[in-house]
Amino acid sequence: MEQEYTITAFSENSIGLLNRITIIFTRRHLNIESLTVSQSSLPGIHKFTIVIITTQEKIEKVVKQIEKLVEVLKAFFHTNDEIIRQEIALYKVPTDALLKTNEIENIVRTHGARILEVTPDYTVIEKTGYKHETQELFELLDRVSGTLQFTRSGIVAITKNKFELLTQYLKEMEKLNYSTN
Amino acid sequence: MESTAIKDQKVHKTESMKKVKGSEAVLLSLIEEGVELMFGYPGGNIMPIYDSLYDHQKKIRHILTRHEQGAAHAAQGYARTTGKVGVCMATSGPGATNLITGIADAMLDSTPMVCITGQVGSLLLGTDAFQETDVIGITMPVTKWNYQVTKASDIPGAIAKAFYIARTGRPGPVLIDITKDAQFAEMEFSYKKCEGIRSYVPVPKIDLEKIEEAANLINKAEKPLALIGQGVVLGGAEKEVTTFLEKAGIPFAWTLLGLSALPTDHPLNIGMLGMHGNYGPNKLTNECDVLIGIGMRFDDRVTGDVKRYAKQAKVIHMEIDPAEIDKNVKSSVAILGDVKETLPQLTERVKANLHHDWIQEFKKCSDIEYEKVIKKDMYPEKAGLSMGEVIRRINENAKGEAILVTDVGQHQMVAARYTKFNHTRSVVTSGGLGTMGFGLPAAIGAKLGCPDKQVVTIIGDGGFQMTIQELGTIFQTNVAVKIVLLNNDFLGMVRQWQQLFFDKRYSSTELINPDFLTIAKGYSIEGQRVSKREELDEAVKKMLDHDGPYLLEVKVEKEGNVFPMVPAGCSVAEVRLE
Repeated sequence: MEQEYTITAFSENSIGLLNRITIIFTRRHLNIESLTVSQSSLPGIHKFTIVIITTQEKIEKVVKQIEKLVEVLKAFFHTNDEIIRQEIALYKVPTDALLKTNEIENIVRTHGARILEVTPDYTVIEKTGYKHETQELFELLDRVSGTLQFTRSGIVAITKNKFELLTQYLKEMEKLNYSTN
Repeated sequence: MESTAIKDQKVHKTESMKKVKGSEAVLLSLIEEGVELMFGYPGGNIMPIYDSLYDHQKKIRHILTRHEQGAAHAAQGYARTTGKVGVCMATSGPGATNLITGIADAMLDSTPMVCITGQVGSLLLGTDAFQETDVIGITMPVTKWNYQVTKASDIPGAIAKAFYIARTGRPGPVLIDITKDAQFAEMEFSYKKCEGIRSYVPVPKIDLEKIEEAANLINKAEKPLALIGQGVVLGGAEKEVTTFLEKAGIPFAWTLLGLSALPTDHPLNIGMLGMHGNYGPNKLTNECDVLIGIGMRFDDRVTGDVKRYAKQAKVIHMEIDPAEIDKNVKSSVAILGDVKETLPQLTERVKANLHHDWIQEFKKCSDIEYEKVIKKDMYPEKAGLSMGEVIRRINENAKGEAILVTDVGQHQMVAARYTKFNHTRSVVTSGGLGTMGFGLPAAIGAKLGCPDKQVVTIIGDGGFQMTIQELGTIFQTNVAVKIVLLNNDFLGMVRQWQQLFFDKRYSSTELINPDFLTIAKGYSIEGQRVSKREELDEAVKKMLDHDGPYLLEVKVEKEGNVFPMVPAGCSVAEVRLE
């Protein structure tokens, strides 16, 4: 059965690694729903968060292929109930609409969004949440005032484990006395 | 971004440090890695390295091939027969792209290889400069690792890491792309072999519980079957596997790349697996109760229809690469690790056994196969010469002592089925990629790697013409390979499929061939053409006794077929004998 999975992969920071990872999906005709790459909490180690819709069998194989890459330290996959995940969305609406009634202000309040910047021409609103929440707000704002621009990030996710899964692995590697930098 | 090639390693600066050019550092690094022989082809953006090579010809012998693909395959042939890392070198752009087939072949067949390519100057990168190709991008899916060097000071670290990655764990090809300015720039040379990389675990930890579980399954098994792959050879575990099989009394079949891991005439050997493997091992795979894959990857040519493959059996998979576990065949017990280390642990825990009745079943299959296939192949009564009888004559004369190099197609399957081997690492063949044109250049590498051995390469008339220019390398370097050209004036394997599955519509498979002996003569390579049975034995003897390279062209039956055969999409149990 296909469902949404989130892969987290930890890697060295090296040129071309993003390419090495994405061709693993391309080759298997798998579409990436969302992809975020950034520095992790551990110095020098980068974290990939990749969302794909596929089967358990395929995700297991793909994660093994990612972990097989020389520069990847460790890769995991999670179902949605194993992680807390959020994405951030930015909306640009005409400032006129904000000033005319208090409808936009109410929407911002009830959706737990916030206003980042107001200029005479436009106002930028930010909301963090699940995709369906940011989408709902987009549709609402678009209906009420029209949106000049809208953009959303890929997801970031954190596991429900108490500690980072990679930490234990790194400790074991340190025992082997490999140089880390 | 920082260069990980050097950052992952401790580089101890020594007092003997000297200032050299990057190109010189390449050569010094190769010498540090023990490279004595390499294959390649020069061109604009690798000229500084070739210039430095000029000073080191006594330490590193460079074989000039006639095409970069030939250099890659020769490096593969060298690596496969010697167990060392094969090295090849090419210039940027077309030089580098010509290596790709060899690199992809080495990737699928786990061959340790380091390829060095020249690249345009770093300031020209991304400008579509003359002979610029994104070789890092192109080779990413077909290398174990690759890296572009743009600074001379990164060269020793990158090369050390390349050799370490190529030869450790599951071996594979690595490519190092060096910009021309990095080759020209000066740097302070010091060398430290790579001993580990934080993000790379070549050999997974052994889990003794899994070995315990596997031993229990084996001890309860009445019909165990072992499948021997190239992992046994790559791990140097020939003795360990023999001890295991002999103690537990388990019959074994080998994959195409597992050939020669044990002597052919070992009493527990029941033959080859796969689409054109032997009848017994294919058919009885679906009757065994415990199936033990040892250093093999359940390739689709081995399993046939995987949905109907060994469903009745408990599968034990012994493998160094975790990504192979449950990739094609779901295992009951997976034993991760180098089989050289895991096999003795398993042997310790299994009971001595014989499985006499079970082994007899293979014997019965073998008798059926002999009557229906082998006898006709080896001792044909029809007028036309068969590929099988040519191999029989080679066996009778070489007596299992020769290294077999094949190209790809019918002749490859016949040679793999019938050639006798006494020693490990006696086979070089393109398994995973099935690269036509592989045979001739791979044989050059095999012969140069094992000069004291007889190297016989069996090639078809199709594959021969894909890399026929390497006769020039054989001529210039005087490589004493024995070329047996099995000529049926057809692309035989494709023609066989057309006959069996495409209603004999022979679309683009007939070859109008040149006079191959004349071509060989142009390169001063002696040869003989045989088309009569009574001339064959004498001709084989003459070839083997000849001092130097030799071409023996045998005109074989035009429309001969290779059987047994597991047609694509069929179960191994549906193996056909005719």
